[in-house]
Formats: sequence, C-alpha cells, structure tokens
Amino acid sequence: MSYQIVVCGSIVPDPLQTLEPVAGPALKNEMMLPSVLDPWAWHSLFEAAHLAKNVAGSKVYLVSVAPKAKLQQVMMTVGQKAPFELIAVDGPASGFTDAAEIAPLLADAIKSIPGLDQSKLLVFGGWESASRGAGSTMQIVGELLGIVNQFQGVDKLTVGADGSFEILERIEGGKHQVSKCAGAPAVLGWATGSLPEPPNNPQIGMQNMRAIMPALQKAKPTKVATDAVKFASVALPKQQRQTKIVKDMPADEIAKEIVAWIQE
Amino acid sequence: METVLFLSHADAGKPALETLAAAKALGGTLVVGLFGADVQAFANEIAGCRATKILGVAGADFAQARYASDAAAAEALVKASKATIVVAPATSRMNRIVSGVAHRCGGRADTHVTGLAGGNITRWYYRQRMESQQSRTHRPWFIALDPGCHAAYAGAPGTATVEAVSVVLPAMKTQVTGVKAPESSQQTIRPDAKVLLVAGAGWTKKQPDGQTHVPEAADLIMGFLNATKASLGSSKSLVDLSGEGQAVLPFMSHLNQIGQTGSTPRHAKGLSTCCHGEEPHAVGWRFIGERRAINLDANCGWARGKADVLYVADAFAVMRKVNELLASQ
Repeated sequence: MSYQIVVCGSIVPDPLQTLEPVAGPALKNEMMLPSVLDPWAWHSLFEAAHLAKNVAGSKVYLVSVAPKAKLQQVMMTVGQKAPFELIAVDGPASGFTDAAEIAPLLADAIKSIPGLDQSKLLVFGGWESASRGAGSTMQIVGELLGIVNQFQGVDKLTVGADGSFEILERIEGGKHQVSKCAGAPAVLGWATGSLPEPPNNPQIGMQNMRAIMPALQKAKPTKVATDAVKFASVALPKQQRQTKIVKDMPADEIAKEIVAWIQE
Repeated sequence: METVLFLSHADAGKPALETLAAAKALGGTLVVGLFGADVQAFANEIAGCRATKILGVAGADFAQARYASDAAAAEALVKASKATIVVAPATSRMNRIVSGVAHRCGGRADTHVTGLAGGNITRWYYRQRMESQQSRTHRPWFIALDPGCHAAYAGAPGTATVEAVSVVLPAMKTQVTGVKAPESSQQTIRPDAKVLLVAGAGWTKKQPDGQTHVPEAADLIMGFLNATKASLGSSKSLVDLSGEGQAVLPFMSHLNQIGQTGSTPRHAKGLSTCCHGEEPHAVGWRFIGERRAINLDANCGWARGKADVLYVADAFAVMRKVNELLASQ
C-alpha cells in the first residue's frame, strides 16, 4: 500500500505583519507583504512528508493557488523542509476571495496529476486558512473529487497494516473524536497535528528546486469571480484600551485585587 | 420572501438554541431541519418556535458525527425545505459539513459568522484581524453562526410533529469509535468558563535564582484552574516548547493555543500571565471582555492598549498569593 498525498495550501501574509484593509476589499500593499505558507497547510505538509517517509512508494504533491511571484519566494523556504512535487496555479491568495471560487481550481489541479489513483489518494490541507478562516475549501475540493470520507481539525493520523487509518479530530471542549476509516480516498483538514517543524535540509531543497521552478513557469494564470460576496465594510477593530499600569504594588495586594475581580 | 431553514444536529445544545433565535430574527418563513439518532426530544424542546414545519432525519445511521452520513442528511433536509437561507450552529459537527452541503445544493456558505442583521452578516478575516459586514445575493445561502454570538431561544416546549425525510446513504467507510478526552484532573479547556487564564512561555524561563521552576509553575496554574474553574489558554511559544519535547507544563497542548494558529475563545474575563507577544494579547483576546495581565515588563507593548490593567510583577509570586486566597475562602 502506498499513497498519493496531495497537500492543498496557499500563502498568507507573515503573521507578524501589520495588516490594513483597503477598498476592494484587499490588503494595503498586499504584493509587498512578506508571505508564508498558510500555517495549517504548513502543518499538513509536515504530516504528509512524515507519512510518505514511513509508507514506501508514497509521494507528496503540493497544490497551491497563489500569485506566482509570491509563491516562488515562499517556496525558497518551504522547499527546504520536505520533499514534494509542486503543482502551481497562478491565482489570488486573498482571504476575500470566495472559497467556492478557489476549490474548483484546486480540484482541477489534483485531477491533472498523471496517474492519479483514487484508491491511493489522501487530500491534505489546513482545516482553515489564516486568511479567510472559513474551513470551506477542503470540503468543496472533496465534494468535487467525489470523496465523502472527510475529517476536519485533524491532529493525528495512524495508518494500520491493513490500510485502514485512525483519525483524531478536534471537537468541543479540548477533546478529540476518534474515527476509523477503511482506507483511501479521504480528505483531511489538519489542525496543528503533532509534529514539530522539520529542520532545513539543503539536499531536499536542491532536489525540490529542480522541479519547483519549471512548475512555477508552467503555472496557468486564472481569474476568479470577485462579485460573489458583497462587502459593505471591512475594517480594523477599534479596541485600543486605556491600560492602567500598576507598578510597585506588593504581590499580596495584587492578588487581592485579582481575586476580587474574578469573583465580581 | 426568504425561506429560512434552521439546520442542526439534534444534540447541539445551546449553540443550536442561539442559532434558532438568530434564524427567527431574520424573518421570512421558518423551517426547522434536524438530524441525529433521535430528533423528537429536541423538536419538542423548540416546538414553540413557530416554524411552519419541522423536518427530521433520524436513526442509528445518523448518531455518529461523520461527514458521509451527516452531509447526506443535511442535503436531504435542505432540498426538502426548499430553503433560500440556511442557518446552522458552528459546532464541530456542523462545521465539518456545512460548506460541502452548500456545494451539493448549489449554494454558497459563510462560516464563523459572528452577527446577523439587516441582510448582512458579520465575520472576521485574517485571523480576527479585520471585521467585515457582507452579504450575498446567491441562494441558497448557508450561514454557520459561531457559538456565543446571539441570545438563545427560550420558548416553551411542547409536542412537535416531525415530518420524516428519507435519505439515501453512500457506502460507509468511516466509523466513529469514540471520544478522547484528557483525564478530568487535566481537563483545562472549558469553553463556558467565566475566566480565561492565558499562560505564556515566561513560566518556563529562568527565574531570579537562575533556575527554571516548571513543576511549581504547573502547580500554580492548575491550582488556579481548579479553584476558579477557569479555562486555560496558551501562547504559541509555550505549546511549541511542548511539541519540541522539552519538559514543560504537562497538561499543555496545541488545543490550548490561542491566537493566530489557535483559537479565539469567548470569555467574560481574561488574565494573561508571562505572555509577551501579539497572539495572546491581540488576536487571542479578541472576544475577551475584561482583560488583565501580569508581566515583569512595564513596557510590554502587547499588553499596553490591549489589557485594562497591567500588573508589573512576578507572576509566580502573585499567583501563589492568589491561590492562597482562593484556598482560604
């Protein structure tokens, strides 16, 4: 048993950047902002690489819809982490683009993989993006591929000797739902998983880059509808608080204040 | 006039009642669609909601929170209702299916919605960084409302007539085998708690004596949680330490993480301790009412402007005293 593991993941602005909405809506200076691979897709890529390493004959594909130039920058970092084949689609990475517009692009890219075998197919991705934060794209991709074994908020995947697997999905109250799936195909929207970020590996980086650059050159430009959602306003929250700074107060006095406050 | 379907699994509890109230407030023709092992009990609980009809998909096949069966049930209910707007509670079970079902029904979905009014919804983008007011003309329009964003429906119960809707299920390759929860003594995530305690990586750093005091930090945090029944959040840096195999707080996991790649919980009050950085103070605290912070750095730019009160003090010393006070009461 081997797997074709397809990771869906786009790019988002580096979380440390200041973001400001402008008319469109869009982000101010969006093309100038440094980007990273979406955090949950990032985790799912590590999980995919880990699985592929442990199941002989498996291969990881990274399918990404993003502006080609920005994606190239991000791949310089991502390509050092895990072996994969990039399938790039030159399109928007904006959080304001409807998931229903992006999902068909991803599904079509997956369908274009030569030798795609549904009985070996695991579609990975983040359970939400750090841009739209909707948790919609992976579900629609699954529907478009005819996959009804879908799991969201996945933190652990354990593959059995018989090809079945056990999945832990996040549910309310800090708990996990445990499911057993008979086998591929399946869609897994990952939460943080359980693996740390792998160290940079220059050998993997060299191997990846040989294929990444041609993949980027081949990336087809696409246009998506932008009128599905009518935005009345997009604004930063006005939550600046007048912080009272309490210095030089003994610990027991602070404790009294805090206890009184939480018991109000 | 819109036909509004309130769609939920029958065991969704309070989030379902909140969503039902929001669906009623939209106006139009209200239809209820429920699925689960048994839907009658919940249908009776909401019998007074003045729905024109209550549709149900019930049976053992729908007891499990599983995509294939839940999506099939929801699809059948939406199609039977001929709804133009579908409003669902954003529970983990509904979140798993709502966009897939919208696709099947030719609709579009908006999830993690925090408000519904005047034909617009409110939701956040870029991890709670910016808030949008938006709408769609496309129908059916699926809306998943986050818990805690609307007052719950509180009508009188009665005896409801549930109209059964039949469903053709695909082959089931998935079985839900159980729920894995931390031991009760280690259960630190309490969504309904009044207070959120946020622990930062400072708890694991060297203290003035040049040593780390992680076991004491764990005792202080758990002592506070046990005494107050508060929920525990964490900064990313602290849970990442756990993932890197360092000996840190034993009860801490990624599930506790708040902020960019964590949750943005809703609590009336929040107390951050030993946190330095944007994630706990800005994004993770987006929906926290009153906020206080304990931090040794008086110039911590993240707490300033985000917390109501910043105590410049040693969190070990303060929390030790807090726990003593709580224990003496």
